[in-house]
Amino acid sequence: MIKDITIGQYFPGKSVVHRLDPRVKLGLTVLYIVMLFVASGFLGLGVGVIYLLLAFLLSGIPLKMMLKSVKPIVPIIIFTGILNLFFISSGEILFEWHFIKITTGGLRTMIFMASRIILLICGTALLTYTTSPITLTDAIERILSPLKIIHFPAHEIAMMMTIALRFIPTLIEETDKIMSAQKARGADLDTGNVFQRAKALVPILIPLFVSAFRRAEELALAMECRCYHGGDGRTRLKQLKTAPRDYIALAVTLLFLAAVIVLNIFVKI
Amino acid sequence: MGIIRTENLSYVYGEGTPFRKVAVDSVDIDIDEGEIVGIIGHTGSGKSTLIQHFNGLLKPTSGKVFIDGEELFADKSRLKEIRFKVGLVFQYPEYQLFEETVYKDIAYGPKNMGLSDDDTDRRIKETARLVGLGPELLQKSPFELSGGQKRRVAIAGVMAMEPKVLILDEPTAGLDPKGRDMILRMIKEYHAEKGVTVLLVSHSMEDVAKTVSKILVMNDAKVFMYGDRSQVFARAEELTSMGLTVPQVTRVFDRLRAMGVEFSDEVFSVDYAKDLVMRLLKEKGDVKVD
Repeated sequence: MIKDITIGQYFPGKSVVHRLDPRVKLGLTVLYIVMLFVASGFLGLGVGVIYLLLAFLLSGIPLKMMLKSVKPIVPIIIFTGILNLFFISSGEILFEWHFIKITTGGLRTMIFMASRIILLICGTALLTYTTSPITLTDAIERILSPLKIIHFPAHEIAMMMTIALRFIPTLIEETDKIMSAQKARGADLDTGNVFQRAKALVPILIPLFVSAFRRAEELALAMECRCYHGGDGRTRLKQLKTAPRDYIALAVTLLFLAAVIVLNIFVKI
Repeated sequence: MGIIRTENLSYVYGEGTPFRKVAVDSVDIDIDEGEIVGIIGHTGSGKSTLIQHFNGLLKPTSGKVFIDGEELFADKSRLKEIRFKVGLVFQYPEYQLFEETVYKDIAYGPKNMGLSDDDTDRRIKETARLVGLGPELLQKSPFELSGGQKRRVAIAGVMAMEPKVLILDEPTAGLDPKGRDMILRMIKEYHAEKGVTVLLVSHSMEDVAKTVSKILVMNDAKVFMYGDRSQVFARAEELTSMGLTVPQVTRVFDRLRAMGVEFSDEVFSVDYAKDLVMRLLKEKGDVKVD
């Protein structure tokens, strides 16, 4: 169901991972992504797996949620997997039929890329599981704020992201509600060919758009009523502060990154 | 056996997450055909979740639902048929309107049922009359109408499917008193004319008392009681303790009775109260209180 989409879904908790400074956590996620892309072999990815599992265990988020975060991107994984499988022709030929050729190189790349994408999604999902969207955009705003000198609208972008993230669950809920309402009127969303299904979505998308615009208008009005006029001179309720644990986490992450680089140089698998 | 029956029905939201919540807790009810029933309970008592089981939009976590003697989810391919039998009007149904014209929007349900154009046309005209939408409105865009009109179009969209059971979730939410009375009167007329089962979900006792004959009270995901209006309102104190109220006029007459004035009947609506008082005044010249 539509509720399975978990991006931007915060899982409240009090673990070490939850309490990390969001700016540091964002940095760690970037380092983790770098780690995955630097890794040229399966051993390197293995280090990434260990790092991810460690982070998940520390966060106290059930591992089930990790798998759940992968679910929406399964089609992308399959798609890239098929492309890699058929279009990379290096190594020995395993199977040949007319123009289709499957090689060991293709197979290896397919598995490697799929693992990389899955690790990528799980890691970034952990960030959103353990960081509330508001804190996250706060961190982004702080990271981008030096760019204000060149008139980069850091606050506005952060505000837009906060609002967008804030409304994802609302819109999902709304979609669910509209779907239920149209199903109650006999809408058939699950059968038929692609065109019939696309057409069946019209009664859901139109009310959804209408309500999104209505919400946007109401929100803008409500913000203006509370004298919102952009970021100038705004102070914050919660100041971000780094603690020793942030530096420890950073050190551990750098250690893992170093391990991946070392493996790249000395081991070729 | 009634048209809607549940056996030990339970529903849990977010099983296995920190947000786990039991929304409906072992509910056993049996609603007879042709009845007009009010379902009340304060916000979060599980009313809306309960009714979504009646046309198979939600699958029970445990327990069974029978509609017209047929078990829901026993055969998934029958689900669509059952949805045509049980019409469900959601809260703020005007947000589901999408067609270019009112006429087409009302036609959406009947068309999904596979009815012929003639049949659909007949039903649209009939329900439009029932909900008090003039023929001149039918060719307008639903987005041009007023809030109350939109609501009536949305309700008509479900009524046009001529379900055996019509369920309305807070049909009067957010309307002014005039719009509210209009919707309630419309529901009553629809029930009287078609003789079908109607379920009216509300947290307003006043609304419910005016419209229905039986009441189902939900509290904390459980059915607190199901019975005739007078039976339910007789337990005014318990209702108050769960944040519900007995209609004002009923309370006034309960007090009068406690003071020793004789009334033959329970009083649920101001109109009826007026008649009763007028009759008493006529009989006695004036009402004696001792």
